[in-house]
Amino acid sequence: MSEPAPVEVHDVTVAYHTKPVLWDVDLTLPGGKLVAIVGPNGAGKSTLLKAILNLVPLSSGYVRVFGKPYNEMRQRVAYVPQRESVDWDFPASVLDVVLMGRYGRPGWFRRPRAADRARAEEAIDRVDMTAYRDRQISRLSGGQQQRTFLARALAQDADLYLMDEPFAGVDALTERAIVALLRELRKNGRTVVCVHHDLQTVPEYFDWVTLLNMRLVRSGPVDEVFTAENLHMTYGGRLAILERAATDYLKDARGAARGG
Amino acid sequence: MSSHGIIILTGVLAAAACALPGTFLVLRRMSLIGDAISHAVLPGIVLAVLITGELNSWPVLVGAGAVGLLTVFLIESLRNTRRVKEDAAIAIVFPALFALGVLMVAQFASQKHIDQECVLYGEIAYSRHDTIMMGAFEVARAPLVLGAVALFNLILILVFYKELKVATFDPAHAAAIGLSPVIVHYVLMGSVSLTTVASFESVGAILVVAFLIVPAAAAHLWTDRLPVMLALAVLIGGAGAAGGYWLAADIGASIAGCMAVMMGVLFAFSWLAAPREGVLGRFIRLRRSRTRFANALVLERLEHSPADAATLATTLAWPRAKVDEIVGFLTREELVVVEPGGMRPSPRGAAYVRRVVSD
Amino acid sequence: MIDFFDPTLRNVALGSGVLGVIAGALGCFAVLRRQSLLGDALAHAALPGVCLAFLFGTHMGLDPKQPLLLLGGALVTAWIGTMLVLAMTRTTRIKEDAALGIVLSVFFGAGIVLLTLLQKGGATNQAGLDRFLFGQAASLLPRDIATMAILGGAVLLTLFFYFKDFQVLVFDSAYARSLGLPVRRLEILLTSLIVVAVVVGLQTVGVVLMAALIVAPAAAARQWTDRLGVMVLLASGFGALSGVAGATISATKRRLPTGPTIVLAVSALVLISLLFAPRRGIVWAAFRRVRTRRRVRLENLLKDLWRLGELDSRFDALRAITDLMAVRSALPATMRHARNAGLVAVEGTGIRLTKAGLVRAAAIVRNHRIWELYLSRRLDLADDHLHRDAEEMEHALDSEVMEAIDRALGRPTTDPHGRPIPRGVPA
Repeated sequence: MSEPAPVEVHDVTVAYHTKPVLWDVDLTLPGGKLVAIVGPNGAGKSTLLKAILNLVPLSSGYVRVFGKPYNEMRQRVAYVPQRESVDWDFPASVLDVVLMGRYGRPGWFRRPRAADRARAEEAIDRVDMTAYRDRQISRLSGGQQQRTFLARALAQDADLYLMDEPFAGVDALTERAIVALLRELRKNGRTVVCVHHDLQTVPEYFDWVTLLNMRLVRSGPVDEVFTAENLHMTYGGRLAILERAATDYLKDARGAARGG
Repeated sequence: MSSHGIIILTGVLAAAACALPGTFLVLRRMSLIGDAISHAVLPGIVLAVLITGELNSWPVLVGAGAVGLLTVFLIESLRNTRRVKEDAAIAIVFPALFALGVLMVAQFASQKHIDQECVLYGEIAYSRHDTIMMGAFEVARAPLVLGAVALFNLILILVFYKELKVATFDPAHAAAIGLSPVIVHYVLMGSVSLTTVASFESVGAILVVAFLIVPAAAAHLWTDRLPVMLALAVLIGGAGAAGGYWLAADIGASIAGCMAVMMGVLFAFSWLAAPREGVLGRFIRLRRSRTRFANALVLERLEHSPADAATLATTLAWPRAKVDEIVGFLTREELVVVEPGGMRPSPRGAAYVRRVVSD
Repeated sequence: MIDFFDPTLRNVALGSGVLGVIAGALGCFAVLRRQSLLGDALAHAALPGVCLAFLFGTHMGLDPKQPLLLLGGALVTAWIGTMLVLAMTRTTRIKEDAALGIVLSVFFGAGIVLLTLLQKGGATNQAGLDRFLFGQAASLLPRDIATMAILGGAVLLTLFFYFKDFQVLVFDSAYARSLGLPVRRLEILLTSLIVVAVVVGLQTVGVVLMAALIVAPAAAARQWTDRLGVMVLLASGFGALSGVAGATISATKRRLPTGPTIVLAVSALVLISLLFAPRRGIVWAAFRRVRTRRRVRLENLLKDLWRLGELDSRFDALRAITDLMAVRSALPATMRHARNAGLVAVEGTGIRLTKAGLVRAAAIVRNHRIWELYLSRRLDLADDHLHRDAEEMEHALDSEVMEAIDRALGRPTTDPHGRPIPRGVPA
């Protein structure tokens, strides 16, 4: 039997108090793909990630991760929160933060073992941060902080990565490095789901896109779903300029793909 | 005036004087700065008393009030070093100053009429013995001073009303139209300093926090409008002070302590009964909106795919009884139409969903 | 004369030291969670608990001064206070600052009411409940210290055992939950530990000033280290040090309550740490700023001399001071500094670059021009933007970065304005 889909969201509604943030969202994300969750501000993108991670209470519906409730499968899931969600002045080095990725393992609570440390250092190396391993995290650039968070997720050695705006506020070099890392993960059969803000890079970076605006607009392969009409439905008339830009890029990308 | 009357008057005037700047402290989320000031003025008061020989003289008010401003300045400087966060800066500065004040009190207690108990909970009961002559009349000093400070605060708020209001509710706009937030800030802090110093003798350094914060917070539960909130805060503070005196007389305990407790009681009552923010009103409203929300959610689901109650219960992961109850309501109100493939929302049902979502 | 063999003094120092260790360690987490003032509210909220426990003990015929009883009472009301703060901020528009202020002042008021009632009954003097206000370490009995030590030991053991959980919880609680850590339970545990630390300190420091002993050692320790583990150890040490010092001072003189002396001791530690801690110390930062400014002025002087040299290709010729003043930077102090460093030689009213000065000046000019070239090639910046930016960057770029840029540009020979990029010192 084939492996169940990494993420199934069944009729999920999330509300803060009684204000709906996600409204009856129903979708399945396929394995081994790079998935972008796209939508306007306040569309519930981060909330969708949190719903998958069982971090917010659901008003209705349920989520399955690899066919099971999240709590049974959390060893296979790694979360990369928004960089702004933490206080980077916290007294910790890069290695300290990355080691946190090993805390979810059973039997961790004595001290991190040599194997955990080795895993953490390997993850730091994969994001090119070895030179900064012992540096205090407030003395890192935005891009380096994001790499630290990615390394922490890598140290979890998961099959499904859920990333909340990994490209927000990073330099061009880091952006390229992250893209390379995502592709490497895909090559190894991992699934990555990113909340993403930059419409222009969606077709270049991702295989699958989920358009969200409180309700699910569409979810599917980028070249089927990432169309002007769907973007219009997602953003309303609000972002006409952005939308046109995205369409142009899409055309270019397709042209390039066809040509290449 | 009877001695009871004088004590009550003193308490009510202290409450009024405190409630006015207190309202802005609560709205500007600076309650704990008020707490810090009320503690930190102590060394200023002791020093001024040692020099002038009496509490509540004008030099004491001004001198100790300046120490209050110094406290605010110290907290801000400490935070601006970016080596400690604001909450820690507050918790470092005011205990240090207060500790200094307590040590001074402990060392010089025997010389002047200021002691540790007075620091903690004031000596409002003595206000009836402490009088000055005004022309032919013998007037109690404490209510006179507190009345003057209350009046001063009122005038200050009237003069700076627009500035305070804009700077409190929309600091960005305030800066844009050229109001200096720093000046507004220090005017308010000056008022808080002066008021805590004036109230110190009657209610002590710690209980004055109750006078500053509690009535204003209680008033905030009843209203959104600034003038109403100011008036209500004064009213609640006055009622708390009067009620506290009555309680203290009845059980024979610390008057200032009882006043603080009474203000707490009034706050608790507001927390329970205020129509919008109160626990009861909230509970009722929450139940109503939860029901509306659940109805809308079922309608939304039916819009995507028509279904019967059993299917709904599985897809929504809800108990069957809950779904039946909702479906019953939707059918009665004709928000759904029953078709062979299952229920689907009627036009009225669609309108219902839109209303709930846009609420 | 301080006599540490005096049993009272030993008790006092021991008790205050134990307290300092506990408060310092737990305080780190309170400070990092930005809950510094929760400790203050908790301490005040404990006062009615102490009084109620005393009443309860008297009523039930127990020994009302039994420390566990009093601490138990304090724990209960402090917990109720915390829950009220939480409930208030969750269910109403009241913000955390006001909620803390309300709980703090009303609970304290209730404590004062109970205290005056007990006083009227003549009970407080024998109970010594007023020591809970400002602290009186001299009133610590051996059994009080034993209780403190046992409670403190339990707290520290729990802290040691859950250290990693608390670390990830405080840094990033959403991530901690995604790992499957029981975040809600850990939060309650951590808050409970802080409550215990506060309550343990009440008799020594008093409810009014206990907040300082939670916050100040942690704030001081943070200045010395960037590691959480080290910070906790340091804060414990600072707490113990100020506890012992403060209590000892208080015990040497009459009418010196312990709370204020301990708080002043720990405040002094904060001040010292803020000013003199290596790297984060304000004094060193100011020194560094002054040094950098001096270096920038010096380098500008050398650069100006170099540029004058370019005009007539005589790099180490004597230049008139007035020429330099006209360019910019020839301040007397800078010139003195440059001469002391052996970079320039002053002769009469003139000044010239020495051998060492030439080397240094060439390096600065090279940095400046390579950076301008880099900006204009890579970013297409307009020429007039280049100079101002390079003016700052030439002093900041380290040689490794410069070398990389130089290599990437293919070791150019002229800058965007067509001026030569010096590749060595002219003979």
